[in-house]
Amino acid sequence: MSRGEILILWTLGLAASALAPFLFPAVITQLTFLWLMILFALTWDIMGGQMGYNSFGNIFFFGIGAYACAVIQRDSGLGWHLAFFIGMGAAALLGVAAAAVLGSGILGLRGQYFAIGSLGLGIAGGEVAAGWDYIGAGSGLSPPLYPGALGRREIFFYFLFLALALICFLALRRLYGGRFGLAINAIRDDEDKAEAMGLRTTRYKTVAWCISAFFVAMAGAGAGNLIGFIDPRDVAFAGVTFGVWMVLMAILGGKGTLWGPILGAVIFHITQELFWTYLLGWQRVALGFLIVVIVVFFPTGILGWLRERHPHLFGEAVDAGAGTDGERGAS
Amino acid sequence: MDNLLILFNQPVVSLQIIVDGVLVGAILAIAAYGMALVWGVMKIINIVQGEFVMLGGYVALAFADAGLSPLWAVPAGAVILFAVGWALYRLVIFRVVDRDLFISILATFGLSILLQQLANQVFTADVRTAESGLVSRSFLDGKIVIAEVKVLAFVFAGLVGIALWAFLKHSRLGQAIRATAQNARAARIMGINTDHVYAMTYGLNAAICGAAGALVAMTWVVHPYLGLPYTIRSFMIVVVAGLGNLPGVIVAALGLGTAENFAGFLLGAEYQIAFIFCLLVAILVWRSRRLARQRRYLK
Amino acid sequence: MTALLEVRSVSKAFGGVVANRDISLTVPDGAIIGLIGPNGSGKTTLFSSIVGHHPIDHGSIRFRGREISRLRVAEIARLGLLRTFQQTRVYGQMDCMRNMLISTPHRDEGVFDMLSRHSPAQVEEAERLLAFTGLFEKRFLMAGDLSFGQQKLLEFAMALMNRPRLLLLDEPTAGINPTLINGLIDRLKRANEEIGITLFVIEHNMRVIMDLAEHIYCLAHGELLADGTPDQVRGDQRVIDAYLGAH
Repeated sequence: MSRGEILILWTLGLAASALAPFLFPAVITQLTFLWLMILFALTWDIMGGQMGYNSFGNIFFFGIGAYACAVIQRDSGLGWHLAFFIGMGAAALLGVAAAAVLGSGILGLRGQYFAIGSLGLGIAGGEVAAGWDYIGAGSGLSPPLYPGALGRREIFFYFLFLALALICFLALRRLYGGRFGLAINAIRDDEDKAEAMGLRTTRYKTVAWCISAFFVAMAGAGAGNLIGFIDPRDVAFAGVTFGVWMVLMAILGGKGTLWGPILGAVIFHITQELFWTYLLGWQRVALGFLIVVIVVFFPTGILGWLRERHPHLFGEAVDAGAGTDGERGAS
Repeated sequence: MDNLLILFNQPVVSLQIIVDGVLVGAILAIAAYGMALVWGVMKIINIVQGEFVMLGGYVALAFADAGLSPLWAVPAGAVILFAVGWALYRLVIFRVVDRDLFISILATFGLSILLQQLANQVFTADVRTAESGLVSRSFLDGKIVIAEVKVLAFVFAGLVGIALWAFLKHSRLGQAIRATAQNARAARIMGINTDHVYAMTYGLNAAICGAAGALVAMTWVVHPYLGLPYTIRSFMIVVVAGLGNLPGVIVAALGLGTAENFAGFLLGAEYQIAFIFCLLVAILVWRSRRLARQRRYLK
Repeated sequence: MTALLEVRSVSKAFGGVVANRDISLTVPDGAIIGLIGPNGSGKTTLFSSIVGHHPIDHGSIRFRGREISRLRVAEIARLGLLRTFQQTRVYGQMDCMRNMLISTPHRDEGVFDMLSRHSPAQVEEAERLLAFTGLFEKRFLMAGDLSFGQQKLLEFAMALMNRPRLLLLDEPTAGINPTLINGLIDRLKRANEEIGITLFVIEHNMRVIMDLAEHIYCLAHGELLADGTPDQVRGDQRVIDAYLGAH
């Protein structure tokens, strides 16, 4: 595709996204959640898909962000908009700080130990929050209501999440195209080799987690307000819902790619909405079933499947004559 | 920290906590033993572990509701969960055994969520106990209270553990299981049907957890979401003790039970689960730091 | 010539097995030094000790005058001491060019360098080194899809890209078709003479190491058995006995 064609597609896409809430006002909240899901999938993929550190605990930063913002909104005494944006800033700051501090210990874990350790982190967040009175303990927190006419609120949050998702996408695209992307891919492919070549693996791992945390925490700040109520286990540190979905969406679409997580998020979100509408009560069971099916039968995801059939679409060359130049040996 | 002062002023309270912790620890030990078995033989970390315990608990509730003594649910739970485990292996687990460890974690996590939600739909989220009809006895002028059911659970757990150990050591299937754990390829070459071994191992593990679950229902409570903490407890015990170290598993389990009880007493019951998950992170990080000094990694 | 690498009285045991006992050797700057010995004599263990893969039990290792036995692998690599692996390790899911680009030296990388792109000069150097090792046409293939021999060459090219002072090569000709070994020896010599990299090479192929190295150390049963010029070592009865199993 030429640059001109790509530009046209982007313009159309952005225009459609901007117009959607006005054309389909009945589903505006679902569309807002779609951008949240895309954020989840993209930020998870930095760790799991690009760097090979499959985290079940990214939800920890989401919870921190939700609570940080809500506390600022509750205690600052400022006007709604000012308090909210300062809250988002605080969320981002605390999220990154948490990633940097916890990362020094937890990023030293490898493979399955990192997966389960991060799971522990995510759930621990919820359990500690559920007992902490300052942030409402088991009763949770409710951020102050958006000051605006009915309908204005939905529009505000739609564009907030759209903007956040867009910025996240562009930032990641830039990072993956440069030295950062190469480094985290090298860590994924062979971390010991990367160290043996002098790569500053600790630095890259921590920065990757901080970037993930940055966006997820802000998503949490927004989501706390969007949902209207922050429950420590079911909303903030929702390890078995959001926390697992972010993994699943990236895998479904194809982890380790830029568009895979987005594709996975769209399909997953639509499926989930359908389950909710038609299987109410059993939708969680159906989701659990879906997780198993996807993981067992489509571990490389949609883009992974495409990549195997048409590698040239992904910029990879396949040499028909590979291995015929006389050098043989165990591969 | 008023509770801390109580511990210092009245040491008998510590004794009570330790006794309760040790009694509960036996149940944790067999669940951990099962997890170590599956991990060692099939090389997968079974996140569904806790859900098997949970289901065992519901078997006990079913018995209690039917007017039968839930003590019978211990063997019944073992049998029923063996079938469940075996079925799950044949349907799902066999597809993830020889693959990426992350895939097996995610798949069993998915199963865990599926079973949790299924239980929630079918049994509702009510928190219940299976009344065993046993009493508590007090010692030392009422300062120590020991529930008979907890002692019975301890004994039962011990019996299950001994039975399992004897089975692995002396039976043909047990030997086949141990051989597969050491070297699956060699076992296959020697004529062992590893697929059958895996199915039996997985079923056996589920059976142990089912028995443990029935004991949990009698000594504590059952609800659809009690699974994940049990999975994490088992995991922690195995990590601390090391695979193949049965005495280590027992010691670690009793220690964890006691530690948990102390945490619940000092920090408040609402933080007991938080303690478990924080402890998990702490143990993993501590272990990894220690290995890093020798420039090795947790594998 | 100054000593680039000084190994003094290094010992390393794993459990009850002593892999290296009291080994001392020197690698002068600019030289090509060989390390030979029968299987199980502790050669790879010594390499792993030098690059910091595990701590040593006893002794000292000095690189460019600096004690490195307590440093981590990545730190030692950034000082200019690299190794290639016996089983050849490359980044399997990245293409050759990307494998090369990520192998640029990381010594002076600041925090903000992380967010930048590689410079055209670096891309050019990667292409030049790939051409040097004969992999230029394959530069956009996934490294994991290359043949074993090609991966070995890629690993070598990546090492050169990293601009080391000293390169430890663990059996560079193992698994390579004999007709192509001459080409590899030639490239090693050129890397040493033109680029100025000191080489320390473990080899089983006697023809190769006698041709390549100016000084050879022989290990047996974890100890230093003999050392000298290729001719001296070739004629040393103890070395012959060690290989033929008289010990």
